[in-house]
Amino acid sequence: MITTKTMTLAAHYSDLPVRTGYAVTINDIDIALFKVTNGKVYAIENRSPHPKGGVLTEGLVSGEYVYCPVYDWKISLVDGRVQAPDVGQVKTFQVEVEGDNVYIII
Amino acid sequence: MRKLVMIGNGMAGVRTIEEILKLSPNKFEITIFGQEPHPNYNRIKLSNILQGDASFEEIIINPLDWYKENNIQLFTGESVIKVDTERKFVRTDKGREVVYDDLIIATGSNSFILPIPGSDKMGVTGFRDIKDCEMMIKSAEEYKKAVVIGGGLLGLEAARGLLNLGMKVDVVHLMPSLMERQLDPIASSLLKAELESQGMRFLMEKETVEIIGDERVAGLRFKDGSFARADLVVMAIGIKSNTSVAKDSGIYVNRGIVVNDFMETSAPNVYAVGECAEHREIVYGLVAPLYEQGKVLAERICGKEAAPYEGSVTGTQLKVAGVDLYSAGEIFEDGTTKSIMVYNEFEGIYKRVLIRDNRVVGIVLYGDTKDSTRLFRVLSKKEDITGISIFESQCSAEGGSGDIASMPNDELVCGCNGVTKGAIVEAIKTQGLTTLDQVSHCTNAGRSCGRCKPMVNDILAYTLGDQFDAAAAQKTSICGCTTISREELITEIKEKGLSSVKEVMNVLEWRNEEGCTKCRPAINYYLGMIHMNEYKDDRDSRLVNEKMHANIQKDGTYSVVPRMYGGVTTAADLKKIAEVAQKYDVPLVKLTGGQRIGLFGVKKEDLPSMWKELDMPSGYAYGKTLRTVKTCVGAQFCRYGTQDSMSLGIELEKKFERLDTPHKVKMGVSACPRNCSEAGIKDIGFVGIDGGWEIYVAGNGGVDLRAGDLLATVKTEAEVMEMTGAYLQYYRETANYLERTSKWVERVGLEHVKEVLANEETRKALNERMDQTLKKYIEPWNEAIESESIKDKYYAVHTVKAGE
Repeated sequence: MITTKTMTLAAHYSDLPVRTGYAVTINDIDIALFKVTNGKVYAIENRSPHPKGGVLTEGLVSGEYVYCPVYDWKISLVDGRVQAPDVGQVKTFQVEVEGDNVYIII
Repeated sequence: MRKLVMIGNGMAGVRTIEEILKLSPNKFEITIFGQEPHPNYNRIKLSNILQGDASFEEIIINPLDWYKENNIQLFTGESVIKVDTERKFVRTDKGREVVYDDLIIATGSNSFILPIPGSDKMGVTGFRDIKDCEMMIKSAEEYKKAVVIGGGLLGLEAARGLLNLGMKVDVVHLMPSLMERQLDPIASSLLKAELESQGMRFLMEKETVEIIGDERVAGLRFKDGSFARADLVVMAIGIKSNTSVAKDSGIYVNRGIVVNDFMETSAPNVYAVGECAEHREIVYGLVAPLYEQGKVLAERICGKEAAPYEGSVTGTQLKVAGVDLYSAGEIFEDGTTKSIMVYNEFEGIYKRVLIRDNRVVGIVLYGDTKDSTRLFRVLSKKEDITGISIFESQCSAEGGSGDIASMPNDELVCGCNGVTKGAIVEAIKTQGLTTLDQVSHCTNAGRSCGRCKPMVNDILAYTLGDQFDAAAAQKTSICGCTTISREELITEIKEKGLSSVKEVMNVLEWRNEEGCTKCRPAINYYLGMIHMNEYKDDRDSRLVNEKMHANIQKDGTYSVVPRMYGGVTTAADLKKIAEVAQKYDVPLVKLTGGQRIGLFGVKKEDLPSMWKELDMPSGYAYGKTLRTVKTCVGAQFCRYGTQDSMSLGIELEKKFERLDTPHKVKMGVSACPRNCSEAGIKDIGFVGIDGGWEIYVAGNGGVDLRAGDLLATVKTEAEVMEMTGAYLQYYRETANYLERTSKWVERVGLEHVKEVLANEETRKALNERMDQTLKKYIEPWNEAIESESIKDKYYAVHTVKAGE
């Protein structure tokens, strides 16, 4: 099977606030971008894996984790995994930063 | 030979026949009609069938051969629809007529099915007979999710059975505790925790109002508007005596068929026994009393001198794997009773015996029911217990690290959360944990019922060996990121002059560099409390609602609640709110509990422009701060009002709005003791009296319902403001973050607070610090409107097209 991947300019690096989510919708997919303290940018689906859902952009960011703002689940920005004792995983997207351009690969 | 006919082929009836055959083997020609196509089986064991421990054959009590051997004519699958009590015969649904000299009605009971819409849908069942069981077993093969309505004996057994069948099971219960008629709250909570650890999920205090779905059930709707999904609904809320044939035949029926102490009904030579019978206004649903009734009835029918049946005391045992539970007699103390109690939290054993006048009147045993038979005997025989030992096996709290060494790694330590010894040891070793609190945070062990905490502590001691510091381990740290407590944090901030959240975490060597959702908001609060107007708030250390200055709703939208000081508004403001609500197509406009208007379902990106158009200050309906000051109309208009409650309310709200507090603070002002503003359940409540105000504190109308305590009575509004400022500031300075005033006052003591506030100098100093703190606040909605960077950072959403 051939899958096409699209590189989409999602944001400018200099526009991304540190330790705060940046909501971007790309072709109806809600994505949360996070620039963390070490300068890296991560992209995950802007939807908590908690059964009741909820957005993630407004969550508290600590290191390479975000806490789900509604149910307080701790989620890794790197692989999307929910940290114990809760379980689940949120979809992650590959991010490329070129100059001031932040691309998301979908 | 006399002709004896029995309607019903269940346990109570057939037991009565057995008793009759014992007393007078050849006196009767017996005919039995049974609606079910089976011989008499043990209904109690239905849960064993469901739980997979027994087959149907194994639970048959009287096989067909037994009927033959005793010359009993048995008609199964046939029900009697009419009794002619004059001409003494019965007629069945197949048109059969049989005459009798004596007739026993033993029709038992049916599951009580809630009379709500949808209860006739496919997949809704009671839990009464083998047919129900078969239906549940079949459902489990095809479907995943079951909901059992009823957290009593039957419901819990059904739920356990469905778990065994691989279904996900929710138990819905109307009352706040399980088996509330058999258990006291302690036993009930132990039971709940155990069953939760077995995988049951409980929806407590929920009243089912509708079963929804197309042909088959899809879910349940509750009175509070919530919803549960379900492919199978089992109603186990109780039984309803099956009295229709008696009623239709003119026999006196109340809840059940009414019988006297000899099980005689209102019709001559017609008796009733079992769950269909009502004796002294009680319908029994447990087997022991029914067998007692059968014995009395057999003697009566056989013409023996029978001792009357005078009712039964019943004992209950729950037949669920992993639960040892027994209950009999009275449950609740009533002032004339005294309790003997053994509560061994460590081993999960709880025993309580209620005594009145030297007699046992009630028994609850959980975790160890060895004493049940003996105690029940003492109870039912009404033995004098003076000088006898109630519990033979006294509690033995063994434990300690000696046992920990020999404990296998896969042994469950926390049953509630399924945490093994191995998991705890690993967490301690790999994450360098040193306190009980940290272990709980990291593994969840001890976070539910807490019964395993002593063992977790022992495991900690054992794992750390010499490094274990008993005192430190018990300390309550702020969160899993650190070992320091609130008091230590406050001291460190003051001594080292720490001035930002980041600095605190850095200098105090937070294990988790950037903290978590527990410590960051707390540190931010403490810094603001200590440094007053010099501290720059760290917005990103606040959780979503306070960060956004709006309440997040579960779908990611927000609510907007503008300030309405003292619940007083104007036509102009109402118009503005209406216009904004209309323009932004707000899905819900609602009066809140705090006398103001909430706009719900607002999109994040619409927040700033809505605020701008409203041009009203934030009501802080989301904050750990002063929420509202609820007022009554008071002396301005009300003929009872002795004081101007609205003015005082507005003054209080204007002074203390936006102030950061450890938790939310609500106030109420009433102009007279009729107290229309419910000031008695507010954090601070003011009640107008002739010539002054009463100040009540630490009331709570929420989770911990608590009436306020009178703090002081003062004469003037100025004194009200002074006392309130001092009280609030003292709360701000001494409470733990997220500690409501009700909890705080209970912890430090009302007398202590009164003593502190009695000193005028102290009050003055507190008020000075309060006033200095209040200087720093600016209106947050306006701030957002004015600042592009705030709007960009917090309220913007971005849409791009792929490939661009």
